[in-house]
Amino acid sequence: MNIPADLRYTKDHEWAKIDGDIATVGITDYAQGELGDIVFVELPQPGDTFDEGDAFGTIEAVKAVSDMYMPLNGEITEINGVLEDEPETVNNSPYEDGWMIKIKMSDPSQADNLLSADQYNEIIGEG
Amino acid sequence: MQESELKRTALYEVHKSWGAKIVPFAGFLMPVQYKGIMAEHKRVRTTVGLFDVSHMGEFQFSGPDAEKFLNKMTINNVAKLDIGQVQYSAMCYNDGGIVDDLLTYRFDDHYVLVVNASNLKKDRDWIQEHIPEQGVDFDDISDDITLLAVQGPRSLDLLKTISSESIEDIPFYHFIIGQIAGMDAVISRTGYTGELGFELYISRSNSLELWNAVVEAGQNFDLEPIGLGARDTLRMEMKYCLYGNDIDATTNPLEAGLGWITKLKKGNFIGRDAIIAAKERGLKRCLVGFEAIDKSIPRKGYPLFKDNLQIGTTTSGTHSPMLNRGIGIGYVSKNHAEVGNEILMETRGKMNPVKIVETPFYKP
Repeated sequence: MNIPADLRYTKDHEWAKIDGDIATVGITDYAQGELGDIVFVELPQPGDTFDEGDAFGTIEAVKAVSDMYMPLNGEITEINGVLEDEPETVNNSPYEDGWMIKIKMSDPSQADNLLSADQYNEIIGEG
Repeated sequence: MQESELKRTALYEVHKSWGAKIVPFAGFLMPVQYKGIMAEHKRVRTTVGLFDVSHMGEFQFSGPDAEKFLNKMTINNVAKLDIGQVQYSAMCYNDGGIVDDLLTYRFDDHYVLVVNASNLKKDRDWIQEHIPEQGVDFDDISDDITLLAVQGPRSLDLLKTISSESIEDIPFYHFIIGQIAGMDAVISRTGYTGELGFELYISRSNSLELWNAVVEAGQNFDLEPIGLGARDTLRMEMKYCLYGNDIDATTNPLEAGLGWITKLKKGNFIGRDAIIAAKERGLKRCLVGFEAIDKSIPRKGYPLFKDNLQIGTTTSGTHSPMLNRGIGIGYVSKNHAEVGNEILMETRGKMNPVKIVETPFYKP
């Protein structure tokens, strides 16, 4: 299971890469594996704002549908347009090409509450 | 249910060794996918796939009154079956609701019903409730049988390399008793995929040997193992009903589009009076197939609307790997059921346009 050490994680199987006040967010390798072949990703519009825990988008796999939840408060600054036509990118590259959204964090200190790679590994180990 | 209470087919360890994702299904630990549903689905549509569907149940009936009894219990006409023929059928309740859909096999001196694993106990109880004290012997042989499905355009060519039987001469929905890879098997030209394909019933003790023989011979035919996930998407592209989704105790066979197996003129059977009464009153709804117009994907339970009124509900849905769009099966009220009708599907709070289409969705 690929769990990069330089990312932060949520119990909902999202990852966040923190760069100043911008967080790039996607789903973990574990999550894409559990979902299976991803065929549609619905993302919000840049400019939309959400609070931590809000559903910001939906992933449709062949057999299952799953919501994605905001790891942090903030405004959507960018979405990954590649996923519109190539949603399978999430399966192939969950931490790089398959990112979902970039968030301008309204409270960057929230990032400290996210899980470390070790903590996330423990969660999926128990699952 | 605890994992330890779940049954395993004889090939459980084989599936694990192939890297299958194993899930509980109908009281069994079953492979839901190996490489991925999309790849497995396309494998069956283009070359050939191997399925372990040993969770299915098999009930054997013999005795002088077996035919009469099965004709009372099932809605298709058992008296029309030749030896070596298979029939798609169902059992109904007195009110016309469906107990289970099934296959009826006629052997020379007995019959076998093949039933859904999820309904096995219920079916057994229903049969035992009605079986006469004399004249019919009933045996649940499910635990002794392994069922492998070999499905796809290259299935016949593959099986011919490990059998000297005239498999090519078995008509659709017929079977022979013969040898495959040196083992006794019921070789049945049936399946749940819409493709050319066969189902092989063998003794549980031969499971590994036959699996390995098919896999080895399959190397020349691009064969891969296929999980229950692709089995479901394959059947949906054909609009084959799945019990618990598209049919259940609340649906009658006519509204489910199963009029072609409902032989109202064959004589009395359980559910017949209620089905005739429902037909005379006029069917209120029917099971249709629809395609998403946008990128939405139908799922079980999504409501269907026309002019702000709910006219139906989705009973099965998926992304179709062959059509590359969402497809759904559902009940809609009769006056909105015509092909070409555009309706709306509520998808987690949003309305998405879908269109009722001819089925099967995909024609192999």
